[in-house]
Amino acid sequence: MSAPVYDLVDFDEVVEKFDPALGLEVHVELSTKTKMFCGCPTTFGAEPNTQVCPTCLGLPGSLPVVNKAAVEAAIRIGLALNCSIAPWCRFARKNYFYPDMPKNFQTSQYDEPIAFDGYLDVVLDDGETFRVGIERAHMEEDTGKSVHIGGADGRIHGAEYSLLDYNRAGVPLIEIVTKPILGTRERAPEIARAYVTALRDLIKALGVSDVRMDQGSLRCDVNLSLAPRGSGELGTRTETKNVNSLRSVERAVRHEMCRQAGVLLAGGEVVQETRHFLEDTASTRPGRRKETSEDYRYFPEPDLVPIAPSEEWIEELRATLPELPWARRARLQKEWQLSDEELRDLVNAGALDLIEATVAAGAPADDARAWWVAYLTQQANAREIPLDELPITPAQVARVIELVKSGELTNKLAREAVNGVLAGEGDVDEVVAKRGLAVVSDEGELVAAVEAALAAQPDVVEKIRGGKVQAAGAIVGAVMKATGGKADAKRVRELILERCS
Amino acid sequence: MTSELIRKTAAELAELIHSKQVSAVEVAQAHLDRIAEVDGTIHAFLHVAADEALKSAALVDEALAAGSEPASPLAGVPLALKDVFTTIDMPTTAGSKILEGWRPPYDATVTKKLRAAGITILGKTNMDEFAMGSSTEYSAYGPTRNPWDLDRVPGGSGGGSAAALAAFEAPLAIGTDTGGSIRQPAAFTGTVGVKPTYGGVSRYGLIACASSLDQGGPCARTVLDAALLHEVIGGHDPLDSTSIDQPVPAVVDAVRQGASGDLSGVRVGVVRELTGEGYQAGVQAAFDAAVQQLEKLGADVVEVSCPTFPTGIAAYYLILPSEVSSNLARFDAMRYGLRVDQGSSAEEVMAATRESGFGPEVKRRIMLGTYALSAGYYDAYYGQAQKVRTLIARDFAAAFEQADVLVSPTAPTTAFPLGDKLDDPLSMYLNDLATIPTNLAGTAALSVPCGLADGLPTGLQVMAPAMGEAVMYRVAAAYEAARGPAPTPEVTA
Repeated sequence: MSAPVYDLVDFDEVVEKFDPALGLEVHVELSTKTKMFCGCPTTFGAEPNTQVCPTCLGLPGSLPVVNKAAVEAAIRIGLALNCSIAPWCRFARKNYFYPDMPKNFQTSQYDEPIAFDGYLDVVLDDGETFRVGIERAHMEEDTGKSVHIGGADGRIHGAEYSLLDYNRAGVPLIEIVTKPILGTRERAPEIARAYVTALRDLIKALGVSDVRMDQGSLRCDVNLSLAPRGSGELGTRTETKNVNSLRSVERAVRHEMCRQAGVLLAGGEVVQETRHFLEDTASTRPGRRKETSEDYRYFPEPDLVPIAPSEEWIEELRATLPELPWARRARLQKEWQLSDEELRDLVNAGALDLIEATVAAGAPADDARAWWVAYLTQQANAREIPLDELPITPAQVARVIELVKSGELTNKLAREAVNGVLAGEGDVDEVVAKRGLAVVSDEGELVAAVEAALAAQPDVVEKIRGGKVQAAGAIVGAVMKATGGKADAKRVRELILERCS
Repeated sequence: MTSELIRKTAAELAELIHSKQVSAVEVAQAHLDRIAEVDGTIHAFLHVAADEALKSAALVDEALAAGSEPASPLAGVPLALKDVFTTIDMPTTAGSKILEGWRPPYDATVTKKLRAAGITILGKTNMDEFAMGSSTEYSAYGPTRNPWDLDRVPGGSGGGSAAALAAFEAPLAIGTDTGGSIRQPAAFTGTVGVKPTYGGVSRYGLIACASSLDQGGPCARTVLDAALLHEVIGGHDPLDSTSIDQPVPAVVDAVRQGASGDLSGVRVGVVRELTGEGYQAGVQAAFDAAVQQLEKLGADVVEVSCPTFPTGIAAYYLILPSEVSSNLARFDAMRYGLRVDQGSSAEEVMAATRESGFGPEVKRRIMLGTYALSAGYYDAYYGQAQKVRTLIARDFAAAFEQADVLVSPTAPTTAFPLGDKLDDPLSMYLNDLATIPTNLAGTAALSVPCGLADGLPTGLQVMAPAMGEAVMYRVAAAYEAARGPAPTPEVTA
C-alpha cells in the first residue's frame, strides 16, 4: 500500500495558517586522539577495520574505559552553551540490533546527561538575536559504517550484500538537543540554519571537533511539527536525517513545513516518522516505516562507574574557555572599526580567522581585510574551494603586504607573488626571487631607464616643462614597460619631474 | 609417583618444584595423565591444552635451572581455567554453541596474570552456558559429573572447575561467581571456592553474564591454596572501570594466622534467614557442627538478622536477566562465532543464529530480561530490584556492625541428581538462596568443606564486608585446621 500523495503548500500560506515548532539534534564527532571507550585512534579515512580492538569491536569479555579527554570536551561544550554540569551522571545502554553496532547496544547517556538546561544566542541576518534553549548535551559513542553493495543508490533495500567498517565504531560523539524552538514563524528555516552555524562556530572555537558537515563530524537531525496558527499546541513531529550542509538545514525545515501543511490542509495526519533529506531535490522521503515504536530498553551501563566531575575541575575548565565566537566578533568589529554589514560579510566569507591570523602576523587590519575579501576570495571562488582551503597561509599574505608597504612590490607584482604561492612555487620570497618580481630599486638602473625614455620622447619633455605635469604619465608608462613593470611608479614620476624642472 | 603428585596441594607442589625435587613438567604431566584417565567420565574439561601446558611448565623449569627466583609462589603449579576467560592460544566458548571454536585475539587480564605467575594452564573447564545455571547441565557440550557420585551434578555454573579439583585433575582452578557459581559447586564437590569483593579481580576478558554481579575468583582444595591464587589474580586493572584501585588484601598472611587455630575476639554472625526451613537436615546438622567448632576456637558466635535476604532471589532474577539480555546481544553472527546463513537479511541471519546457538536457559533469561527492561515495566521490575539491592547491602552493613564475618550453609542441599531440576527452573534458582545476597551487595564470601551429609559434601559459607577478605580467610583457615583433612572421593576410569 503506498501512502497518499499530498501537494506542497506555498511557504507564505504555511506561515499564515500554522505555527512551526522546531527541535534540532546535533551530533558532533569529537577530535580526541582516541575513541570514547578504548585506545584506538580516530583518524578519518583510514583503511577499513584498521582502527579497531576487542573493545570497539564488542568482542566477548571486552570492557569500556571512559576517555577523560572526551568528558572534558563535553563539559567545555556544556559550559559554552551556558548549561549546568551534572555533579554526578552515568552512561546508559541503548539496546537495539544493527550490524554496524558491535555490541548491539550503544553506550550513551539517557536520563542523566553530563550537561543540561542552557542556551545559545543566535544572531540572525538582520542583526537580531534569537535565543535557542538547550535541553541537554550528552556523551555517546558512534556506530560503525555499513556500505550496501548492489542495491539502488547505496540503500540497504535491494542490496546484494553489505560491507562493515568499524573504524568509526566508538568514536566519541556529543549530542546536543535543543528545547522546542517556538515562535519562529517565517524565520524558522533561517533560525535553524543560524543555530547550526553558531553551534558549529562555537565548537570550532573550543577546538574539540573539526565540525565538518561534509565528513559527518557534525550531523544534524531536524525535528519539525506544525500546529494551527495561534493554537499554542504542538503537532505531530517528523525527524529528518541526512541533512549534510547548513544550506540543507534551511531547506529541510522549509520543505517539511510545506509538506506537513499539505498533509494537514488536505485533512490528513502527519505520521511520526524518520525522514531522509534528499539533497538534489531539497525534499524529504520517509525512512523505513517501523511496525512498532522502538523500545531501547535503556538501563544504566553496569560496566562503567558514574562520572562525577569535581567542582574544581569544572571551574578550571570554565576559566580556560577560549574567547567565544560572539565575543570575538564584537571585539574585532570594534578593533577593526567595521559596520555590522562589513562584519557580516567577513563572517559569511569565512574570512574572520584568516584576517585575524594575518593581522597577528604583522599586517595592518585594513590591508589584511582587503586581500582576503577581494583578490583571495576571487581566487577561492575560481577554484570552487572554501577560502580557508586556498594554499596560502595568513603569514604568507602578511609578508606580501609587508613587501608592498616597504615598496619592494607594487600591487600588481604582489598579486603575481600571491599567484606563485598559490601555484605551489614556494614561499613569498622564493616566488619573488624566482619570478624576478622585486621592484627595481637600484637607483642607477632606474635613472638610466628614465633618461632613456625622456630622450626618446622630447616632445613630451617639452609639454612637461611647459607645465603639463600630467603628460609625465606617458614617460612613466614607457619606463614601466622597459623595466617589465618592476619599477616603483611613484619614484619614477619623481625622477621625471626632477629632470624636467 | 603420579598418584602422589596429583593428591598434593598447590602449596606443596610449589615447594617441590621450587626446591627442584620435582619438575614443573612432571607435575603438569601427572595432571595431564590424570585428566586422560578420568575426564572421559567426569567431563570437567572442554579443552585440554597439553602441549601449551608442558611448554609453559618447561619455561618454569628452565628459569629455575638458570637460578631465577620463581615468578610467583605458585610458579609451575597446574590450573584449570573456566572457559569463560579469553585465552589467545585456546578456544573460548563460555559453554555455548554460539562460540564453538572461537579463538579470542586477546588474553583476559586473569589469563595474563596466571601466565605471568608461571602457572601452568591445563585447559578450559566446563560450565553452564554463559554461566547461567546451578548444575553445569546447561553446557552446550554436555554435563559434568560429580566425582562423589557420577549420577549427581557438580553444581554450577562452575561445575567443571570444581569437579576438576575434586577428581584430582588439577590442584587449582579459576571460577566466576554471579550468584554462587564458585561457592555452590565448591560445596557440592567438597572443595574451597572464593567469591572476592566485586572489583577485586579484573573482569577484562571474562565473558559477561551479568556485569554488575560477575566476579572471578580462586578455587582449590585448601584455603591456603585459594589464598595463594587469590593474590595472583587480584588487584587493580585499568582496563576494568569497576576494578577497585586498592592493594589485594593480604589473604595469605591471614590464612597463616588463622591456621594457628585461635579465633578469640572474632565475632561470627549466624544469619537467621539463611538457616532452618528449606535446608536439608544433614546440611543443617553439618553447619551447626561447624558453628560449634568455631565457638570452640574462641569465636564469639551471635545470631544476626538480615530480613531482606529472602527477597534477594527475586531481585537477582530481574537484574541478572536484564543485564544478560543486553550483554548477549552482541552474539549476532556478524563478526565471530556461529553463523546460520538463513534468510536474506542481516536480521534474519541474526535471528536464526541466536535461535540455533543459544540453549534453553539462556533464551529464558534473555526473554525475562528483555521484558523486565521494556518501556513501562522498567520501574516496576529493574528499578524495584535495584532498590532491593540497596536494602540487602544495608542489611549486610548492619550485620557487619555486630559481626566480623557472617556464616551460613553455602547451599540448602547437597548435590542433586542429574536431570532432577531441569524441568523446574524455580527450584534450580532456589539453590542459590544463600549465595545471591553477597553478589547483590558486592561483598566477599567463600565456601569451605564442612563434612558430609548422607555421604555427600556440604559447605560452610563465610561472608565478609567489601575488601574484608583477610578476616574471612582467617576464619576459614582456622575452621579447616580444626576440622582436619576433608574426605575425598574415589574416582576411577
